[in-house]
Amino acid sequence: MAIDWKNYQFKSFFDELIDKDGKPRAHSHKLIKFLSDLSDSDLNSARAAADFAIKEMGITFTVYGEGSSIDRNWPMDIIPRIIDNREWKKIEIGLEQRVKALNMFINDLYHDQKIIKDGIFPKELISKSVNFRQQCMGITPPHNIWAHICGSDLVRDHDGTMYVLEDNLRVPSGVSYMLENRSVMKRVFPEMFEHIDILPVNDYSSQLFDMLCAMSPRPHDTPEVVVLTPGIFNSAYFEHCYLAQEMGCELVEGRDLQVDKNDCVYMKTINGLRRVDVIYRRIDDLFIDPEAFNPDSQLGVPGLLRAWRAGNVALVNAPGAGVADDKVVYTYVPQMIEYYLSEKMLLPNVETYRCYEPDDYKYVIENIEKLVVKPANESGGYGLLIGPKSTKKQQQECIAQIKADPRNYIAQPTLSLSTVPTLDGDKTEGRHVDLRPFVLSSGKQTYVTTGGLTRVAMVKGSLVVNSSQGGGSKDTWIVDGENS
Amino acid sequence: MLSRVAETLYWMARNVERAENIARLVNVNNLLLMDLPKGVSPGWEPLIHIIGSHENYLEHYSDFTEKNVLTYMTIDKNNPSSLLNSLSAARENTRTVREVVPRQVWESINSLYLYVKEHDVELINKRHRYRHLSHVIDSALMVFGILDATISHNEGFTFIRFGSLLERADMTTRIMDVRSATMRDMPEDLPFENIQWMSVLRSLSAYQMYRQEMGIRIKAENILEFMLLSKAFPRAITFCLNELKGLVSTLPNNTEMLKHIDHSIDDLHKQDIDALKGKVLHEYIDELQIDLADIHSELAKQYFLV
Repeated sequence: MAIDWKNYQFKSFFDELIDKDGKPRAHSHKLIKFLSDLSDSDLNSARAAADFAIKEMGITFTVYGEGSSIDRNWPMDIIPRIIDNREWKKIEIGLEQRVKALNMFINDLYHDQKIIKDGIFPKELISKSVNFRQQCMGITPPHNIWAHICGSDLVRDHDGTMYVLEDNLRVPSGVSYMLENRSVMKRVFPEMFEHIDILPVNDYSSQLFDMLCAMSPRPHDTPEVVVLTPGIFNSAYFEHCYLAQEMGCELVEGRDLQVDKNDCVYMKTINGLRRVDVIYRRIDDLFIDPEAFNPDSQLGVPGLLRAWRAGNVALVNAPGAGVADDKVVYTYVPQMIEYYLSEKMLLPNVETYRCYEPDDYKYVIENIEKLVVKPANESGGYGLLIGPKSTKKQQQECIAQIKADPRNYIAQPTLSLSTVPTLDGDKTEGRHVDLRPFVLSSGKQTYVTTGGLTRVAMVKGSLVVNSSQGGGSKDTWIVDGENS
Repeated sequence: MLSRVAETLYWMARNVERAENIARLVNVNNLLLMDLPKGVSPGWEPLIHIIGSHENYLEHYSDFTEKNVLTYMTIDKNNPSSLLNSLSAARENTRTVREVVPRQVWESINSLYLYVKEHDVELINKRHRYRHLSHVIDSALMVFGILDATISHNEGFTFIRFGSLLERADMTTRIMDVRSATMRDMPEDLPFENIQWMSVLRSLSAYQMYRQEMGIRIKAENILEFMLLSKAFPRAITFCLNELKGLVSTLPNNTEMLKHIDHSIDDLHKQDIDALKGKVLHEYIDELQIDLADIHSELAKQYFLV
């Protein structure tokens, strides 16, 4: 028998498929039975088939090396991660609540700043926020939506509770890999899909397209929607291509677009100029418009912000939405939900220490070896200190950084992230995972992906799941508990 | 269709076509030199003239030995039209328009590029050269075959065809020009003129078709007539220009483009082929090349990103 479930090790962690007595969970019975029946050679050929499909389908991501970048095949483990649909429904509602409050918060910040005037949210945080855009003050995007696409990272602690670890409101990526993981699994294990009711994920591209169209400033015509990419050297270029292809719209670069005197945006086609209504931009705020932001940007379109401010084009996500991406702002989400929605937060935050608050600061410095310290505005796992896995020297360096700029750091207890059985060589062992669902908001309607992208730390004991740091992924199944 | 995408598709096709032509040139010259006596052999230098890189070449090499010319033609990074550089450019072109070309096209161009890169030493090697260059030609033809069979024959395909045909016409003029120039210096009484003209036809892979269309005698005037005026042979200038005209007539805002192409076709038909010898031929081909360059500039002006 290939997978030795009797000796499956997950220690004190919460495992997504196996309960603490070593038995399959209610939702993973059929899967574990199926996997147990596979021989070594079955497993090996399944893994080879998955690798081949990934190579053949050209599913890649880019790693920045020194001076050059390399296209790597997307790493995917063939054992899926499963969540019971009943639990997922609750998570979905929690995410909808969260994203609704975040959008109201961003809109408030760029208008009357009531939440500051009412003493709920400290003003200093805004003046020192690197992602707050003065240029966006007073702008009202369609339906008051700023973060149309939100990717929130969820983690499960040892007691089984699902927490929100962070929100990505700038240009969250990964959704194409969620979709491709499912296509690969269908090729590799068609039998599984015959016996288990796995909810489909492939509705995303149509939902995305509908949401984008709903943002058009000319709702009566067929809107011209484009995906704006920084270009071939961006790490998520594969995803930009993928989404443009799936939605059947043009993939444009900054130099394909121009803004005219009447503040309308056009793309340059062989038929001449064609008006653009909605831009799903995958370029960071500071690079989208050299006229409004970084004047050295070669990627952007001069005048884009003007056109957006005039209401002639929709930008998704809106510039400035990243202000709520800040990990210090994150700690105020419970208060936002209460303030704007008069509701209690359904999906909890991870307990977080704000280094700019004296008590928290003291605690962080004294307990740094137990904590995870994060810069407030980095993504992709850059600049992270994991206390228990760090050296004294790294801790001292980190403390120095916090001292220099306490506003820019937060700390959290080191979570015991849940595990999922994962193939590693010829062994199957628990590896830590997180989950990134994507939430689409059009103002009229909210859509949450069925599950999301499960990222897995492929190295034994590691907590770092980012693909830029050697992480992998798994297909994520939402199944009805009683049918599994 | 986005201007940038149209432009990239055009260059993708041009670069693959160029790689194919370079491989043909080297292969045929290789075979020709085996037939010619050492004293009268034009050697490898004409290839450098054909690709128009004489000055650039002399910046890096001091003589025209087989090894140097071959290195320059195939794998040299300093030669913008070397086999490797053409394919590398085609590969980059394809990568940036990956969302509009069939996956198989990307895969073929990618693997052709890798093939040349991995066989760099053997491409120079006398014994293996022929096989590897033939593989390049076959693979390039396969790319165009896949394109023809799997991409929608709409505007994007029009630009692909345009790039390929223009590059081909350009290469045909270059080969005629340089080959007839080196031939001029040959003593009349030597029996090798025939062989050389045959090799011209061969580097254009036109030998069989020439015989079918023009009869059996290999004569300079007939070959020029065939290469310039054939309406049926896909590497002849008239054929290429007619095709280009057909392609342009499907594009928007094409008045200026059509004017340019018509001008070249008219000019071509006004030529007295029998008088096209020596200096006159060279001057006319110069003119033709300027016409082709104008057609490119007009295309770029009308449809590409400025």
